[in-house]
Amino acid sequence: MLEIKDLKASTGDTPILNGLSLTVKAGEVHAIMGPNGSGKSTLAQVIAGHEDYVVTEGSVEYKGRDLLELAPEERAREGIFLGFQYPVEIPGVNNAYLLKAALNAKRKHHGVDEVDAFEFLKLAREKMALLGMDPKFLNRGVNEGFSGGEKKRNEILQLAMLEPELAILDETDSGLDIDALKAVAQGVNALRSPDRAIVLVTHYQRLLDYVEPDVVHVLSGGKILRSGDKSLALELEEKGYDWVREAANA
Amino acid sequence: MTTETENIESLVNRRYEHGFVTDIDSDSLPPGLDEDVVRAISARKEEPEFMLEWRLRAYRLWLEMREPTWAHVHYPPIDFNEISYFSAPKSDKDRPKSLDEVDPKLLETYDKLGIPLHERARLAGVAVDAVFDSVSVATTFKEKLSEAGVIFCSFSEAVKNHPELVQKYLGTVVPQRDNFYAALNSAVFSDGSFVYVPKGVRCPMELSTYFRINAANTGQFERTLIVADEGSHVSYLEGCTAPMRDENQLHAAVVELVALEGAEIKYSTVQNWYPGDENGKGGIFNFVTKRGDCRGANSKISWTQVETGSAITWKYPSCILRGDNSVGEFYSVAVANNFQQADTGTKMIHIGRNTRSTIVSKGISAGRAQNAYRGLVRVMPQARDARNHTQCDSLLIGKDCGAHTFPYMEIKNPSARVEHEATTSKISANQLFYCRQRGISEEDAVNMIVNGFCKEVFKELPMEFAVEAQNLLNVSLEGAVG
Repeated sequence: MLEIKDLKASTGDTPILNGLSLTVKAGEVHAIMGPNGSGKSTLAQVIAGHEDYVVTEGSVEYKGRDLLELAPEERAREGIFLGFQYPVEIPGVNNAYLLKAALNAKRKHHGVDEVDAFEFLKLAREKMALLGMDPKFLNRGVNEGFSGGEKKRNEILQLAMLEPELAILDETDSGLDIDALKAVAQGVNALRSPDRAIVLVTHYQRLLDYVEPDVVHVLSGGKILRSGDKSLALELEEKGYDWVREAANA
Repeated sequence: MTTETENIESLVNRRYEHGFVTDIDSDSLPPGLDEDVVRAISARKEEPEFMLEWRLRAYRLWLEMREPTWAHVHYPPIDFNEISYFSAPKSDKDRPKSLDEVDPKLLETYDKLGIPLHERARLAGVAVDAVFDSVSVATTFKEKLSEAGVIFCSFSEAVKNHPELVQKYLGTVVPQRDNFYAALNSAVFSDGSFVYVPKGVRCPMELSTYFRINAANTGQFERTLIVADEGSHVSYLEGCTAPMRDENQLHAAVVELVALEGAEIKYSTVQNWYPGDENGKGGIFNFVTKRGDCRGANSKISWTQVETGSAITWKYPSCILRGDNSVGEFYSVAVANNFQQADTGTKMIHIGRNTRSTIVSKGISAGRAQNAYRGLVRVMPQARDARNHTQCDSLLIGKDCGAHTFPYMEIKNPSARVEHEATTSKISANQLFYCRQRGISEEDAVNMIVNGFCKEVFKELPMEFAVEAQNLLNVSLEGAVG
C-alpha cells in the first residue's frame, strides 16, 4: 500500500529525513518509535503533504501512484488520514459541519452520493456511541476549548467516520489518561481490516499494549535503524534508544 | 513560510465578477457643481419649491464645510468639479409601467448579476424598487403594499405624491449640516427610496432595493427615508453591485430611519461595489451617512450589514435611542481584500431611559487591506439604566493586512452598564492544512472558517439574504488564504 524509498526531506535548510525506506502492506499495523527529534512527526507530515517540508530525494508510492504529486486534500480523499499530534482549534466552525464536509468531499471524489444531514447525524451518533463520546461534541466548535484528551478523541471520531485506507496516528496516545487511551485503542482496533493499514507514531510502548503491531520500527536521525516484531517495542521500553543507536553504529 | 506567502498572493487575486458596463444612453449633466446645477437637478425632477430651497440651503452649508480626515483611509483628493451630478436613463419621460416595458438591456444586466428580477420578485414575494443609475425604472408589488397602506416608492415620487410626509421627516435624522458628505447629498441627491408604514401595520413583505452605479463619472447620491409610524414593523433590504471602472467613483448616500412609538425597523445591507483591481486601481469611494432615530418609546432599530465591496468604505450606521426603553442593534461583517480600506462601525446614542444597544462587528482583512472598526457609545446624563454590549472581532488572512479598533465611550450617567469585548485572530496555515488533510479544499476551508467567524451576524439577516451574503463573502475572499 505504501512504499517509501530513500526518502530525504528537509524544512528550511535543515535536513530531517535522511534516506528513509519503509514498506507498509494492507492489513498491517506498524509502530514507529524513536527519540525526540528523530523525524517521526516529519515522516507523518510528509506523507500527508504538509508544505513546510520539502522532499529532496527519494520516492513515496501509495496504492501504486506517486504520492508526492498529489495535493494534501487529494491524498486525504484517496484514503490517507493523519491523526494530528496537536489538532488545531477552528473557532466558530461546527464540529459536525467540518466532519460532514470532509466526509462528503471524499464521497464526491469517489463518485458516491453525498450524505444529507440526517444520514450524517445517524452515522455520527453510531460512531460516537461506539467511542463513548457525548453527542454534544458535534455541536461544539472544532476542537474549540477541548481538553487534550477530547481533541485526541475527536481525531479518532474523524478516523472512524472517514474510514481511511491508510491511517497515520501521530502520537495520538501522548498525554492521555488510561480511559482515553483505551478509547483511542478501541477506535484504532475497530478500523483494523485486511484492506487497511495503520501506522502508529509513538514514544511509548503503552499504546501497543492495546493495539498490537505487526511490525515495530526504530527511527533515529531520520532513518529507520531497526525493524522487528512487537518484542522490539518491549526491548526499547526496557533498554532505551541508545542501545539501538549503538548497535547501528557498531 | 514563503510557500504560505505565495499561496496568499495567488489566491487573493480574484477578479470582480460583476465588471461590465451596460450600454444605455445616459442623459447626464456636464461635470461640475454650483447653484445652477442644484437648480437644474431640481427642475429636471419637477420638484416643488420647498425641495429646491432645501437643496440650496444644503449646498450653501456644504460650501462652508471641509472633507473629514479623521478616518483611517487614504485616497487622492477628490475634485468635486469633475463629477457629473445627474444621470438618468434617456427614456425618462415615458418610464415603464411594468417590467415588460423595461429596457431589455437593463434586464440583461440584472441577469448577469444573478438577479432575475421577475423570478426573484414573484417567487420570493419581495417588492423590488430597482434604482438604475439615478432614476427608478421598475417597481413591483405596489398594489399589495398599498392595500396595507404602505407607501414604497422612489424618493422623487414621494416628493411629488407625498410632499407632506417628505417635508415632515426629511433631514430630521441626518440634518443638512451633519457632515460634509451628508450636506453634499442633501444638495444634489438624485433619487432613492421612500417608505412609510402607517400606524399598527406590519409590512406584509420584505422591501428590497437594488442599487447600481452605471454611468461613467457620475457621483451617486441616493437618499432613503423610512418612516415607521406607531406600532408598525418593516424590514428593508438593500443590495448593490457595480460594473468595473478605471476611475474612482464617488458615492455619498444618506439613509434616514424614523421609528415612532413601539415601531420596529430592520435594515439589512449587502454591499458589493467594485473594490478596485488587485493593484488598488479603480473602485468605488463609499461615504455614507446612515442613521436611525428611535423617536418613540419602546421602538427598535436594527442595522445588519455585510460590506464586501468599495475601494473605500466610510460608513457608521447609527441609532439615536431617544424613546424610553428603545433598542438599537448593529450587526456588521466588513471584508477588505487587496487594497481595500474600510473604516466602519456605529454610533449608539442613549438618551431615553432604560435604552439598550448591541454591537457585533466582524472585520475580515486579506491581501494588503486595512479594516477599521470605529464605534461610539454615548450615554447622555438623562439616560438612566442604559445598557450596551459591544463585541468586536477581527480576522486576518495573510500577513500584509491590518485590523484596527477605535472604540469611543462617553458615559455621563453612572447607572449605565457598558461592556466591550474585542478579539483578533488569524486563519493559520495549520488550520488550513488540518482541513485539507480531511479532504476539504483550501478555498472551502477558508470559506468555512470565515463563515464560522461571521455566524453571529449572518443569523440576523433575512433568510434569502443570508444565503446571498454567504456566497458573496465566499466570492470576495475566493482564494484569500494565509
